[in-house]
Amino acid sequence: MKKLLSVSLIGLTVAAASTAQARDYDHVRIGVDVPYVPMEYRTAEGDLTGFDIDLGNAMCEQIGVTCEWIEQEWDGIIPGLLSRNYDAVMSSMTINDERRQQVLFSDPYITMPSAWFAASDLDIDEANEETLEGLTIGVQRGTLQDNYVTDKYSSVANISRYSTADDMVLDMDAQRLDIVFLDFPIGQSTLVENDNGDYTIVGEQITEPKEYFGDGFGIAFRQRDEALAEKFNEALATLKEDGTYDEIYARYFGEK
Amino acid sequence: MPDISAWFNDLLSGNLIFTPTTLGYYWTGLVTTTQLVFLSLVIGLVLAVPLAIMRSSRRKWISLPVYVYTYVFRGTPLLVQLYIIYYGVVFFDGIQQSFLWPIFREAFYPALIAFTLNTAAYTTEIFRGAIKATPKGEIEAARAYGMSQGLMMRRIIIPSAFRRALPAYGNEVIFMLHASAIASVVTLMDLTGAARYVYSRFYTPFEPFLFVALIYLCLTFAILFFFRFLEKKLLAHLKPQTL
Repeated sequence: MKKLLSVSLIGLTVAAASTAQARDYDHVRIGVDVPYVPMEYRTAEGDLTGFDIDLGNAMCEQIGVTCEWIEQEWDGIIPGLLSRNYDAVMSSMTINDERRQQVLFSDPYITMPSAWFAASDLDIDEANEETLEGLTIGVQRGTLQDNYVTDKYSSVANISRYSTADDMVLDMDAQRLDIVFLDFPIGQSTLVENDNGDYTIVGEQITEPKEYFGDGFGIAFRQRDEALAEKFNEALATLKEDGTYDEIYARYFGEK
Repeated sequence: MPDISAWFNDLLSGNLIFTPTTLGYYWTGLVTTTQLVFLSLVIGLVLAVPLAIMRSSRRKWISLPVYVYTYVFRGTPLLVQLYIIYYGVVFFDGIQQSFLWPIFREAFYPALIAFTLNTAAYTTEIFRGAIKATPKGEIEAARAYGMSQGLMMRRIIIPSAFRRALPAYGNEVIFMLHASAIASVVTLMDLTGAARYVYSRFYTPFEPFLFVALIYLCLTFAILFFFRFLEKKLLAHLKPQTL
């Protein structure tokens, strides 16, 4: 019965989704969760920008398709892809096995460590079960950081889960959170280089175990859109060769 | 006991979504939702009775402030109220050092405050309507007995207003239960929060949301039966007579 219901609900969603039935895309809709500085965010004028956006647009141009960015909150971003609200997700998504069961990933286009950030006066050198005991940890719901922290520290610490990274930073400033765990450059730009408070990285940048931290960021597609993924892979290779990739990288992270 | 847990593990084996861990999340969610809704309703009800009496007063300086309060809280979405109370308070300088911070630091209390103020506003208006609708004859009879205003309020108007307000108040209780689903935006792990967590971890919208929808349905049924019981038994003597 449940299966029947899900099937009919999926049917409805598919029927309701727009006309992009064709296998050959000339218009690709890309789901993105903003803001996530500096990967994807809006400028003061309201324009969508960031590393993912610039690289994605460059890839689309390379392939010769038009791209449309569709905003979607993180915790519904994969279901949105599967129910055809958009055709790809390029939103700082780490490639890992759990997600591979649901979606098809492009080649990784950047690798990004995670890191702990806390107020400078928290006074711990390293995050482990002893130092985190009794603290309140902030994570973005459904991220690999959430999974890692939940599996590793939910017995010793309180975990607060947020829909957006913005709300999390707000609660960090409000001193509701003791420590947060997020992608290193995001923490660097929203907490450390921000003058609202005095924050610092705690311990080293983290990239292991691969089971959680995966193989870098990839663009996600529906499983059957292999041709589309292949096109993006080719475009990425070309952009890396002709220097466009390095130029975009330098725009957001400085020279390599 | 081991038999039961073995049977339970057997039942859960072979699926990723209903594991002992996720069921634990749903249980935490159920507890949080129940606490939040129950406490806000009780405190809201206690606040609403005097507010409704003030609101029915003929003196403007008594009724107007209450009117403004109910107008503001019924005129804005609960989600907005919750955001203002949770994220807004931190913009007051020095709140972190004040004695209020232990309350506002947790997500539970700001949510409880928002829910309480919201339900109190609606309940006030429900009771005020019921008080207004007191039959003239009852008031005249009370006056004829020489009852003072206070005594008449206590013995005649309030009890019969309660009876009339009961069905509308039952609806308010159910609305409150459903409105509590927004608690997860301020990091509370309520029933909906648990479903959102499982949804984002396993990328499956149907199972977790259908499951919590069933739990909400059960809770709603319990509330409905409770109010039907109240209407039938406790206040039977006040039931409108059909003769």
